[in-house]
Amino acid sequence: MNPIIPLLILCLPLLGFLVLGLLGPKMSHKAAGWYGVLSMGTTMVLAYITACTYFFSGQPDFITEGGDRLQFIVFNQDWLAFTQSLVIRLGFLLDPISALLLVVITTISFCVHLYSLGYMEGEKGFQRYYAFLQLFSFSMLGLVVATNIFQMYIFWELVGASSYLLIGFYYTRPSAVSASKKAFIVTRFADLGFLLGILILSYYTGTFNFTDFTSIQEGASWAVSTDSAFGVLAQFQGAAFMGCSLLTWALVLIFMGGMGKSAMLPLHIWLPDAMEGPTPVSALIHAATMVVAGVYLVARLFPLYLMEEAALQFITVVGAITALYAAVVACTQIDIKRVLAFSTISQIAFMMVSLGVARPEFHEGLGYMASMFHLFTHAMFKALLFLGAGALIHAVHSNDYTAMGGLRKYMPITHITFLIGCLAIAGIPPFSGFFSKDEILSACYMNSTLWGVWMSFVAGLTAFYMFRLYYLIFWWDEPDYGHHKPHEAPWPMALPLVFLAAVSCVAGFIPFGHFVTWNGEPYTIHIDWLGVATPSIIIALAGIALATRMYRKKNDLPEKFAKASCGLWTAAHHRFYWDELYLFVTHKIIFNGICRPIAWFDRHVIDGTMNGLAWLAQRLSITIRPLQSGSVQAYVYVYLFGALLLGLITTVCVVL
Amino acid sequence: MEINVLYYLLPSLVMFCCGVYGFLTRKNMIAMLISLELMLNAVDINFTVINRYIYPESTEGMFFTLFAIAIAAAETALAIAIIINLYRANKTVDVRDANKLKG
Repeated sequence: MNPIIPLLILCLPLLGFLVLGLLGPKMSHKAAGWYGVLSMGTTMVLAYITACTYFFSGQPDFITEGGDRLQFIVFNQDWLAFTQSLVIRLGFLLDPISALLLVVITTISFCVHLYSLGYMEGEKGFQRYYAFLQLFSFSMLGLVVATNIFQMYIFWELVGASSYLLIGFYYTRPSAVSASKKAFIVTRFADLGFLLGILILSYYTGTFNFTDFTSIQEGASWAVSTDSAFGVLAQFQGAAFMGCSLLTWALVLIFMGGMGKSAMLPLHIWLPDAMEGPTPVSALIHAATMVVAGVYLVARLFPLYLMEEAALQFITVVGAITALYAAVVACTQIDIKRVLAFSTISQIAFMMVSLGVARPEFHEGLGYMASMFHLFTHAMFKALLFLGAGALIHAVHSNDYTAMGGLRKYMPITHITFLIGCLAIAGIPPFSGFFSKDEILSACYMNSTLWGVWMSFVAGLTAFYMFRLYYLIFWWDEPDYGHHKPHEAPWPMALPLVFLAAVSCVAGFIPFGHFVTWNGEPYTIHIDWLGVATPSIIIALAGIALATRMYRKKNDLPEKFAKASCGLWTAAHHRFYWDELYLFVTHKIIFNGICRPIAWFDRHVIDGTMNGLAWLAQRLSITIRPLQSGSVQAYVYVYLFGALLLGLITTVCVVL
Repeated sequence: MEINVLYYLLPSLVMFCCGVYGFLTRKNMIAMLISLELMLNAVDINFTVINRYIYPESTEGMFFTLFAIAIAAAETALAIAIIINLYRANKTVDVRDANKLKG
């Protein structure tokens, strides 16, 4: 395959960032915006060409005679060569999931670029906004096509940095500034684990390359037959630490990086606050692309995770708890973007659980395929929901549903597209979310009934809170809008909504198993109507029905319910006090208990030693300074006595 | 009465000690210069006397004395010139006031 097109996919957004960043202030808003849209549009077309070539061309590089998909490295350039074996390369790896992510990222990014033309119109720093969007797109594309785990880490940090820049876009607002710092610090903390995992893994395997890691599992079409049991993992044999094998530790630590980026439970606190950024940014970064990087990371190293059952179980447990937690919290939030943020956390947790329960023996690793399928459909409908929320905020100038209500009359396009998004996420056929969620639930039931029932319940909650949001925005009671009646979004905002809604309607019918499976072998999806699909539809409909009963028209049921729930509602409204817990731990325990004694030690013992030495030298110099007075007569005195003393000593020596 | 070497060395010693004492105690630069000359002359006497009494057949001590007198004259001329310039700058020849290297 010609490396020009893949290279351009990476270079165009980078060039866009440089052009808009350096020349942006000299451009008009319109020129900068359209340049960004065109640059991203070209990248999108190139990404589509690349993905289509990979999936459909049937070249022997990409697909075997038997129809199994292969991993193909388009180019791999030495970048930092430390030693013969320790070489960091930058390259472009094409395989089912990277091709899928190329399509997802460029599509959403293009929609957001176009949408922002309307949403950010007249904002101060418009060019800077587009420059950061381009930087983010470049970093995210670099992340998904990484050929080795170190390249992934580099771009991983770059997306973190661009996310920081975009959350803090309104840098005059203190809440935006602290939210951006929070996001950066929390994900950085998680990345520490990621880095440790990388170091452990590469120390024992002597390689960074994904192709070396993924070729170890027998059964994958890109596997190489190795005489030693596990190829590069031979070094790991027997190495253990604290009761778990080192490979498990490495994989769990790497997953910790994914937990930070994907906002899994203990590290989720940054994502709701990240909604301080402009809404299109939330749609692009904090719903569709960057936050699924953790899922992508696990999927990328999936053959390695298969070696360690414990690591996969850890992922399942973390994902399942997060999914339930975020769904419960989403039922009580007032800020519509926060509802969507918690819904995002919950849906990403669905993908994580799906990866965690996937095993090759269950329908060829159905969970893996389901996870990637859900990643794809979720990116589309969640971006749609966020962009719809952006249109509402644009119309009402408030983030809270209390300022909305009855909007279906004023904003028909937004209403219909938002409804499609809600139906998709709730899992109602024939919208895309139904198909992917059904696959996930099937995978869960195959692994164990517990996770199946658990995730079905969360799916029901999802339907409930999404329709609660929908009814509170578009039905409920109409507040007094005054003279400024809400208006429909301008066409650059409406067009992406319609496009994404259309995709959400049809994406479920893609025969996904033919494109993306964990081992490259095609697999035909069949929906288990009786066992899984019908119950989950019934659960979703029940959730919707409950939401309709409670929120369609203004009534006092929600208040009664909140009062009757024995504090559960209040606790969920305060997100189960996770932020307070973090503040307590950081301020009371870490700052007061650990940092203050260390600061005291630093100031008094370490600085004290140094200051004492300086003081001693100063006193000494003051004491002996008069000797060097510059007065010749004083010198002669000393000289005279010295000479006499020497004469005396000589005399004594001679006489004796 | 026989004049031996001690009769020459004792006045020379007294002269030298006077010179040292004067150099250490006087603050007038001219007086210090005179004390310096006293010390030099005491040393010159020692050269001559020791040459005469211990190595009567050689003449190096005598020549060294002559040489030292010539150098001392030049040095005195130089010192006087410096002192005059210091006097012009400070309106005094007190050595304690000549403590600044910059004018």
